[in-house]
Order: sequence, then C-alpha cells, then structure tokens
Amino acid sequence: MESGPLSARSLVIRDLVKEYKPGQPVLKGISLDFDGRGMTAIIGPSGTGKSTLIRCINRLVEPSSGSILFHGQDLAQLRGQGLRAARRRIGMIFQEFNLVERLTVVENLLCGRLGYVNPLKAWLRRFPARDLARAFDLLETVGLKGFAAQRADSLSGGQRQRVGIARAIMQEPDLLLADEPTSSLDPKTSVEIMELMVDLAGRENIPVVVNIHQVALAKRFADRIVGMSGGHIVFDGPPDDLTDEHLKTIYGGEAWLET
Amino acid sequence: MIAPAQPADERRLPRAGWLARLGWLALAVYIAYAASLLEITWERFYAGLGHGALFVARMVPPDFSRWELLAYDLTESVEIAVLASFFGILIALPIGLLAARNMMPLWVTWPARTLIAVCRSFHPVIVAILFVKAVGFGALAGILALIVASVGFVAKLFAEAIEEISMKQVEAVRATGAPFFNVVTFGVLPQVLTRFIGFSSYQLDSNFRVSTVVGIVGGGGIGGTLFAAFQRFDYDFVAAILLSIIALIMVVEVFSARLRATFQ
Repeated sequence: MESGPLSARSLVIRDLVKEYKPGQPVLKGISLDFDGRGMTAIIGPSGTGKSTLIRCINRLVEPSSGSILFHGQDLAQLRGQGLRAARRRIGMIFQEFNLVERLTVVENLLCGRLGYVNPLKAWLRRFPARDLARAFDLLETVGLKGFAAQRADSLSGGQRQRVGIARAIMQEPDLLLADEPTSSLDPKTSVEIMELMVDLAGRENIPVVVNIHQVALAKRFADRIVGMSGGHIVFDGPPDDLTDEHLKTIYGGEAWLET
Repeated sequence: MIAPAQPADERRLPRAGWLARLGWLALAVYIAYAASLLEITWERFYAGLGHGALFVARMVPPDFSRWELLAYDLTESVEIAVLASFFGILIALPIGLLAARNMMPLWVTWPARTLIAVCRSFHPVIVAILFVKAVGFGALAGILALIVASVGFVAKLFAEAIEEISMKQVEAVRATGAPFFNVVTFGVLPQVLTRFIGFSSYQLDSNFRVSTVVGIVGGGGIGGTLFAAFQRFDYDFVAAILLSIIALIMVVEVFSARLRATFQ
C-alpha cells in the first residue's frame, strides 16, 4: 500500500453495535477498516444487518454503541449541523432508487447539492452555475442525455438507478455507500449498473461500500469482500480467497451452491 | 407440508362481532325514536308542500331591479372568500407541516393538532358571530371567520397528506446532508403538491359558499341582504340573489376544476 493506513477517505469502524430492540443486537460489535480506495462488497443472508451497518455509517440508522471514524470525526457522535456536514461528503445509492418521483431528472441530480444551497435559493431552484453544468455533464456520463426535463417517475428501473448514482456523485463524496443497488434490477441491468458505479467511483477515486446479494457480482466487481452472518463478520478478504466453504459459513447449508 | 385438519366449526366465514351488530341495532332504535319525537306526519308534509308552492310562485319572476346592490354585495362576498382562502391556506401550510407526525416530534405535533382541532370545532357561522362581537359588523369579521375555517380544514388534510408520503424519498434527500428546509422543499413538497392544490381549491369552493352565509350574522357579503329580503317577504329579490349565488358558485366550480387539472 502506497499511502498510510489513514488516508483522507478512510473509514474505521470499531465495536459497532445496533439494537432495534434492547437485548437483541442486529450488529454484534462490528470492527472494520476501509483504507479509502476501491470497492468493498458486503455479502450475507437477508436480515443479518448488512443494511443496518451501511445505514449506521451515514446515520440513517442510529448506532447503539461503537465508533465510526471518518475525516477524523466520530460519525456516531455527530448531531445537527455537524452531522449534515458529514453527510454531504457521503453519497448513498438505494435499493429502490429513492428518487423524488415528481421532480425532474435534473432536479433529482441537484438534490445531491442541497447540503450546500441555502433554502431560499433551493426553493427558487437557483443553483450555482457550476452545479448545473456538472449535473448535465453527469447525465451525459450515465447515458441519460436529453432526459433532464423528464419526471423521475417516467423512467425505467435501470434509468432510475443511473439517476440515483449520478445524484450521489453530484455530492462529490469521499465515500459512496450502496445499499443493494441492483436488487430491484434484472441481471443484465445489474451488471451495467455495477460497471457504471465502478467506473464513476474509479474516475474520482471514491471508495465504495456496497451491500449485495449476488455473490457473483460481488466477486466480479469488488476488490474486497466482507462476509457477514448473524451480526458478525465471518469473512474478510480478496474475492479470490472466497471459497465455497466460506459461503457455507456465511449463508449456511450448501444445497444452494452451484456445483 | 399438509396443514393440520381444522375442527368443522372453524371452517366458516368470520361474522361481524357482536359489538358491531349491537351498534347497528342501537342506530335503528334511535332513528325510530328521534323520528317519533319530531312528529313527522303526512298531514304536515302535505301542508308544507302547499306553502312551498306558494313561496316558489312568489319568487317568479326574479327581481333584478336592484342589481347595483346585488353586484356590490356579491363583490364583497368574493373578496371575503378570496382573501380568507389566501391567508387561510398560507397559515395552514406551516401548521400542517408541524402537525405531521412523520416529520415532527410529538411535542410539536401535539400543540399543532390541538390548534387544528380548535379551528375545526365550530361551524364558520358560529366563529363569524364571535368575530362580529370582537371586530364589529362587516367583511373583516367574515374574513377572519373563514380564515379560521380554512386553517382547520387545509392544515388537517395537509398533515394527513404529509403523513402518507414515501419516507424513502425523504430519506434520500436527508442523506445528502440537506438542511431541514431543503428536505421539505425537495423531499416532501413535491410529493404532496397536487393533493395540496386539490384541497386548497376545494376550500376556495367552500369559502365561496360560506361567504354568502356569514352575512346573515353580520359578517359582510351578500348574506345580510339575502336575510333582509327574506324578512321583508321580498321573495322575487330573494330569487334574484339565489340565482346570482348559484351562478357565482358554478363559475368558481369550473375555475377550481381547471386549477386542479392544470396541476395534475
């Protein structure tokens, strides 16, 4: 590794616990280091806390205990202004896209700048010229040139996720979180979306943490795979090291494995 | 897997509970009792038809000779309705947002909901009586009464509309680090705008109707003139006023339908 263990975009999670109900932790003391580069895929069975883990990072879910160090701050302790400032540097891509359906495509992209624009100007849609130019550039990059004025609810699933990715990139993030970004898409579109994410994040060296169900996609695109089971990390390593034995540990059983 | 066999008596359609049946029975009994109290008889109904016919006969032809008074009063009613709708809806927006339980903590929604409940608890005519006592006869009392009614209605429906929005869209905007007001303008308002236009135009409709009535208690507009004409048995002038009100309401109806269609 060329740079030190703590680059500007690194993320350090220590002893993260989340209990939705007291005494029933979903995350049972997760510790993970992200060195601020490449794509990390988190795999694991449904209900094992992958989504909770990702949402604890940008505090869409409140962690019960533990720390999340990013930019030299503990994200778990932030509130108000500080939390919003931290969120501005963390882009998020959602399973169901979570676009504002009744806004136009370009307005959805500009949502990525809302942390920087004051409320009156946002209300009047007076975004800085630089943001607007970047939005149209990004639309072209994600292959949606000419869609700017269309309403988000008129798009197909794949197109929506392209808007979702562009919105996250609009934030100029230092970290990109993706919560099952391909689970609502067909296999071909899933691959296209993963390629787009890797491509866009790679251009600006943005580290990506992605939850993903499809092991094949994780192995194909990620530089590192974290396997979770029952609220613990049971595998952490490069995709090539992930064996069927590991998958049995992560998901349990073996009947589902293709021989 | 085979489902365990159920005892025969469990294999029937579930019936309405005994409480619901008791409720229906109580309603039927009360209707019969209340009707008997009011002494509704066929003789009274028959005699009433005769009086009604006489009344209608005296209304034709409608007397439009005092059209200047009519036009002046109608204009005042329109002013009451428009001003009350404008300010009422303007005030209802923030109160509705504060009352939405998915956007605000309990200690904010509770007072907001109480305020809405107070606004809704009296008919606008009763509120108009209060304001006539407070600020005196005239349009101002009517306007204030209709503002109260508008706040109650629009804020309640607005709060309910906000409570039904998709929080996923709000969550996505929040995740960008947007401050609260930007979350509202980009995450919440786009989802409720058409519905908001819908019930605002409905309230405008309603305010036009009620603005013709508040005058009866001294709140300004055409209601006062209508009431006076009734008391002087000027039924032909009454007819003229009623026809004018119908025309006005129909125009408003068309206008608000157009408004809703534009924002759909």
